[in-house]
Amino acid sequence: MSVTTAALRTPEAASRSRVKGLLEDERWLAAALLFPTMLLLGLFIAYPFVKGVMLSLTSARVGEPGDWVGLANFAKIWDDPIFRRAVWNTFWYTGVTTVFKLALGLWLAVLLNRHFRGKAFVRAFILLPFIIPTVLSTFAWKWMFDPTFSVLNWTFYKLGLITGRINWLGDPDLAMVSVMVVNIWRGVPFYAISLLAGLQTISPELHEAAAIDGARPWQRFWHVTWPLLLPVTMVVVLFSVIQTFADFQLVYVLTGGGPANATHLFATYAYQIAIGTGLLSEGAAISLAMFPVLFLVVVVQLLYIRRVETR
Amino acid sequence: MIEGAAWRKWVYFYIPLTIFVFLLLFPFYWMIVTTVRPDGELYRPWNAPNYTPFWTANPTLEHIQYLLEETLFSTWMLNTMIIALASTAISLVCGVFAGYALARLNFPFAGSLGTGIFITYLVPQTLLFIPLSDIVRNFRLGDTPWALILTYPTFLIPFCTWLMMGYFKAIPKELEECARIDGASRFKAMVYIILPIAVPGILSAGIFAFTLSWNEFIYALVFLSSPEQKTVPVGVTSELIRGDVFFWGPLMAGALLGSIPVALVYSFFVEHYVAGLTGSVKG
Amino acid sequence: MAQVVIRSLNKRFDEVHAVKDVNLEIRDKEFMVFVGPSGCGKTTTLRMIAGLESITSGQILIGDRVVNDLPPMDRDIAMVFQNYALYPHMSVYDNMAFGLKMRKFDREEIRRRVQEAADILGIRDYLHRKPRQLSGGQRQRVALGRAIVRHPQVFLFDEPLSNLDAKLRVQMRVELKKLHERLGTTAVYVTHDQVEAMTLGDRVVVMRDGVVQQVGEPLELYNNPVNRFVAGFLGSPAMNFAPVRVVAANGGGLRIENDGLRLLVPPDQAGRVGRYAGRELTFGIRPEDLRIATDSDPPDLTFEAIVEVVERLGSETLLDIRVGSSAMVAAVEPSAPARVRDRLRLAVNPERMHFFDPETERTV
Ligand SMILES: Nc1ncnc2c1ncn2[C@@H]1O[C@H](COP(=O)(O)OP(=O)(O)OP(=O)(O)O)[C@@H](O)[C@H]1O
Ligand SMILES: [Mg+2]
Repeated sequence: MSVTTAALRTPEAASRSRVKGLLEDERWLAAALLFPTMLLLGLFIAYPFVKGVMLSLTSARVGEPGDWVGLANFAKIWDDPIFRRAVWNTFWYTGVTTVFKLALGLWLAVLLNRHFRGKAFVRAFILLPFIIPTVLSTFAWKWMFDPTFSVLNWTFYKLGLITGRINWLGDPDLAMVSVMVVNIWRGVPFYAISLLAGLQTISPELHEAAAIDGARPWQRFWHVTWPLLLPVTMVVVLFSVIQTFADFQLVYVLTGGGPANATHLFATYAYQIAIGTGLLSEGAAISLAMFPVLFLVVVVQLLYIRRVETR
Repeated sequence: MIEGAAWRKWVYFYIPLTIFVFLLLFPFYWMIVTTVRPDGELYRPWNAPNYTPFWTANPTLEHIQYLLEETLFSTWMLNTMIIALASTAISLVCGVFAGYALARLNFPFAGSLGTGIFITYLVPQTLLFIPLSDIVRNFRLGDTPWALILTYPTFLIPFCTWLMMGYFKAIPKELEECARIDGASRFKAMVYIILPIAVPGILSAGIFAFTLSWNEFIYALVFLSSPEQKTVPVGVTSELIRGDVFFWGPLMAGALLGSIPVALVYSFFVEHYVAGLTGSVKG
Repeated sequence: MAQVVIRSLNKRFDEVHAVKDVNLEIRDKEFMVFVGPSGCGKTTTLRMIAGLESITSGQILIGDRVVNDLPPMDRDIAMVFQNYALYPHMSVYDNMAFGLKMRKFDREEIRRRVQEAADILGIRDYLHRKPRQLSGGQRQRVALGRAIVRHPQVFLFDEPLSNLDAKLRVQMRVELKKLHERLGTTAVYVTHDQVEAMTLGDRVVVMRDGVVQQVGEPLELYNNPVNRFVAGFLGSPAMNFAPVRVVAANGGGLRIENDGLRLLVPPDQAGRVGRYAGRELTFGIRPEDLRIATDSDPPDLTFEAIVEVVERLGSETLLDIRVGSSAMVAAVEPSAPARVRDRLRLAVNPERMHFFDPETERTV
């Protein structure tokens, strides 16, 4: 039957069937399915990356291509005290918030892992800080931190914890603390929900078995829950570290890097230099300076995932 | 769970949970209160005797009215909506296709391509925004919605691909083999058999992608300049602040209204969203 | 309706040579069963016939067409999978109609064919249900129905019964047989269950490590296995094997013996066994070809054994026995008065003694 129909095919139908034939081949179908993704990722990730490297080696400004200057931009930022401060800030910011997010997130996850009325409701509401656009919720915090109209000051004052006003975002050290607080606030739900998902995969029978073996609650957590939760925790932490390390929005909205450039992170400083002052090349160098750390985290993550998979 | 005495339950469970919930939700409450608070009450110092922070006796809609009538807020909402929907749609199509290819087809370099996409998943926007702004300008996309519609997929596609791979891998491969024997081409087997089964995954990916693009800030900040092109996060940030003066009432109203679309989508699809969230970090 | 011809078929995965040089002709309307231990390449062969696996070398013909490069959809075959592979999002009706829709049959014809298949299989009442609302046996029927609505040239089955419980498996086996009688479509059936192979197959292919060992009608394979592997694989309980030495008997003729056996080789076999005089040989005897000896049995066709386990199955009694240093099983009549630790004399059926070369394992 197919022999006769093949003979009757028009040329155009034949070419259509050739395309069809190619798509029956796994490799061609895979190529076709991956093409749009590869195109977009190549155009807007790989190309910008190469371009960013090139840019950082020139003296380009907005509107002028600039000349090849080698590593001059990197040498320049190396000597820049604000940049050094930003580097320090970024590590400090990432480290402190990660510890808090993990600890609080885990605590919250453990609380949510119990059965209680309205659990689904609570879980849904708790994620709000994570899903509401960061910039918008950060404005609410900025308003709460406002030195003159601060509800925080009022509360602490009424509680008898302070006597005068606290300038949350005006003092360099306090400003950093404030930014961290907001980051933790936003990140805890993400940790909690991800870790909760991990907790839920741990069979309650394991706990019961451990309890019968005489383990106390804390021991049960330490010897049963935590080791089983570790793979999920690892991945969540690595994801979050990357996001935090490259954070921009919180600082941009809360302090803009101030006061006196005391709260800059890599990203905000790069933005200030590249977009604020138009020094594209130097900005590119600053944001590329994040790369080695990010690369390291990604490598750790890949190795870790591979190890877990091959186990 | 192994239960203890009632007071322990309070100390170890109800009280900490309540504190968590309170702290996590308070800023939203604050947003709402500020939105409906008249200016006169808003700018009353915290140590003033009649400072009543947690409620207002004279709620007003003036800030919302100001926001909608005197600013381009509704334009920003529309822009954000269009951009979020378009980039989500692009990312879903690309991510579903790529995820299918990587999870179910055998071809050379499948493993390294998968790893490559996973790595782009981890590339933060702040690493590339400077060269990208140059590229966007060179492609004459600057200050148009296309700048974002085409660049948002760079962080959405890897996520969608990753999530969809997980879903596809869980579907027995006999299903599409059977379909192919039944007379479907590979492509048709994917469309008629595998995609319908993966609908929950597609929904999760779509919802997550939508909230991510609604959330995006730095690309929108850098690639767009004219007020009528801006998205909500950027518009609120740049147009409701004049120099050092913050218009807190409209700002909070903007934050509140700007959050509503994501909050709505989220509330309808909590389970899918959570599945997307947890799927996104599952190795 | 069509024959399937396989010529020098090979399949290599990266390191595994899964199918080695298979040559086979499956005749029109024949029910051909592939049987063999796990990992022997049955599924791979079937999948190459289906077009789901590429062919490393060789040829497959369905009807008179070489199908090597045809995608599965153009091969006009139907396949039933072990896990049924029912489309979970479609009703039973739509599952069965899918293949017809893909081939652009008109609605009326689709409805007619689905109804017809549903009647044959007795699943009319479930047509609107989703697969997950069906029992295992019902799913199995739907999977069969999906295959038969298409009136394909060849049916392919990959262990379709192995997910069913024992009772249902027997029942479905009978139904499959009836179905094949009724439709007469060429069928290729893969299983590792030798009972299924023996009962269903018009002919049976025994495979091992990717190599076809023997092809033939079930009883042919059972009675005249070409090698020790086929002999041991078919039949339950399996054939007993014992290493023996071939020596000349006192009164002329040949004897085989080891530390527990001393048996006369029947004269008609002596010619072939004679070549092994003075050498080692593997002796094989099926459990049902052993029985408890009586006084009238010639002593050189009997041997002494110690009973280790007695399994009374009702229809027969299985004795696990020790003969010298080898363990054997004997299937004796149900009421045999045997108890554990008894010493018994057993007689062999001289017409059904098998001899295998210990090196090549071929039947001598
Ligand atoms: N996709 C594959 N990649 C690599 N090796 C494979 C693949 N599929 C099968 N094999 C190998 O080929 C050999 C034959 O496999 P096949 O599935 O045909 O066995 P089978 O006879 O069907 O066994 P079973 O009774 O367990 O189903 C096995 O050694 C198997 O490990
Ligand atoms: Mg198999």
